[in-house]
Amino acid sequence: MNWYLRIRKLIQKKFPNNKFLHRYFGLIAFIIVGIISLFIGNHVNEFWQRLIILSAIYVIMAVGYNFSNGVAGQFSLDPNAYAAIGAYVAALLTMSPETKENVFILEPVMKPFDKIQLPFLIATLIGGLAAAFSAFLIGIPSFRVRGDYLAIITFGFGEIINVIANNLVSLTNGALGLKGIPEYTTLAWAIGWAIFSVFFLWHLTNSQVGRILKSIREDEIAAEATGINVFRWKLFAFTLSGFFIGIGGALFAHYLTTISPQVFTFFLTFNLLIIILIGGLGSIVGSAIAAVLFTFAFEILRVFEEGIHIGHINIPPIPGLRMVVFAILLIALMIFRPQGLFGDKEVSIK
Amino acid sequence: MAEKEILLNVENLHVYYGVIHAVKGVSFKVPKGSIITIIGANGAGKTSTLKAIMNLVKQKKGKVIYNGEDISKKGTHEIVARGLTLVPEGRHVFPNLTVLENLLLGAYLRNDKEIKKDLEFVYYLFPRLKERKHQKAGTLSGGEQQMLAIGRALMSRPDCIMMDEPSLGLAPIIVKQIFDIILKLREEGKTILLVEQNAFQALKISDYAYVMETGKIVLEGKAKDLLNDERVKEAYLG
Repeated sequence: MNWYLRIRKLIQKKFPNNKFLHRYFGLIAFIIVGIISLFIGNHVNEFWQRLIILSAIYVIMAVGYNFSNGVAGQFSLDPNAYAAIGAYVAALLTMSPETKENVFILEPVMKPFDKIQLPFLIATLIGGLAAAFSAFLIGIPSFRVRGDYLAIITFGFGEIINVIANNLVSLTNGALGLKGIPEYTTLAWAIGWAIFSVFFLWHLTNSQVGRILKSIREDEIAAEATGINVFRWKLFAFTLSGFFIGIGGALFAHYLTTISPQVFTFFLTFNLLIIILIGGLGSIVGSAIAAVLFTFAFEILRVFEEGIHIGHINIPPIPGLRMVVFAILLIALMIFRPQGLFGDKEVSIK
Repeated sequence: MAEKEILLNVENLHVYYGVIHAVKGVSFKVPKGSIITIIGANGAGKTSTLKAIMNLVKQKKGKVIYNGEDISKKGTHEIVARGLTLVPEGRHVFPNLTVLENLLLGAYLRNDKEIKKDLEFVYYLFPRLKERKHQKAGTLSGGEQQMLAIGRALMSRPDCIMMDEPSLGLAPIIVKQIFDIILKLREEGKTILLVEQNAFQALKISDYAYVMETGKIVLEGKAKDLLNDERVKEAYLG
């Protein structure tokens, strides 16, 4: 992030007395990035616009996931559960009662939801809070163990939520899923939430809170001997992480307009895990950039599937080839930069 | 012993690891402002004793009284908040955080304005740490990491510091420095409970000492007396 520091230094030299600019430089930088991506998003065709929205959603989920996995170092494997909870809760709240009546053909929708219809922002927030609350509940038993065991336990919870989504028909409509969710996730919403999530978690990571969580990641015994209530802080990181993943899930539902348990399988967790590994565990800005790269790479690599003609060499179109190329790129990254693009370095405020 | 106020009082402490009975009923007293040493060979249960006092091991029995209050059921963070702290064995610093960040984390429980003053005090004790304050702790040498671990413990403004083998794996000259610092801390009014294998050095600076063997205290006495005790000489001093 050399350019960032360079610009910062330049500004400090040019305006040595402007305190506002110095203190809020990080925030201003993020807002500028947001405005630029909004501008670009509004001037490209719908395909690219949707891709930008998707990458913004992935940014939200990835930074949320990285906060507990990378910054606090608690290796969990259940972000798909929180995305699902955020998505289902928010979708149930924004769908109109008539649509819900039409969609739920197996069993009528559960009581309070059959009449409720809330604005998008409130529904998203409630979705995020529901995800955060479930992360809190899952965290209490899970943090009795650590390391690999924690990964296994949380993996189990991820699967449990998926099974529940398939079988709690009066709330989730089972395997049929929810259809006709209003397409509320516009470019502005997605980018707005993404900028907010990245800035909020980035700021937190660079504060005393971030230092505490990192100390737990580095050495739990020493952290405890320092007087840090390790269990409580882990739970805090996990809950906050659940909140942002839930927000991402809610936006995801209103982007796809159709959700079913298949959307929130372990595959989603796997994608997020790849993103935070590419970006570097513990680097919030790193995983945000990695999320964008990941989403775009997935689409751009489609050229490999269209067949390639170089001189006399003709490679016929092979469906699925992009996944192979993608995997090779990942392997190369892990060999040449095992710590991820950013390592655990963060663009610091100082 | 009796004339001094007892700061830490351990009564009949037992520690278990599954079926293994690691500490079998240890009792000792730490008077205020003194240096107390527990010496003993590997596996005698010294580290387990300290961890049990801090409640870092859960399977234990017995009473730990600090400053007149029973802390045996308190969480580790609550114990630190009461002014008792542990410098763990093997220099548990946070390797990917800078020296300064490590020290600031030591002051985690505090919210007063004197953190800066204490930071200066730590830098005064360990000038090397000041030179390297923006360096990652993992890149420090063993001795510097030990200094950092002690410095971090000091940042919580403890009244009583327990040190687990501070001389472990350090060059003799660094060991001497560390022991000098321990004496300096006592002058500052701190109480120190030292656990050491380096019996000779530890006994030289201590007031009173206990000898542990296979989970029990087998011998105790004034440190000077123990230095001349035949049994101690035979077992630990060679």
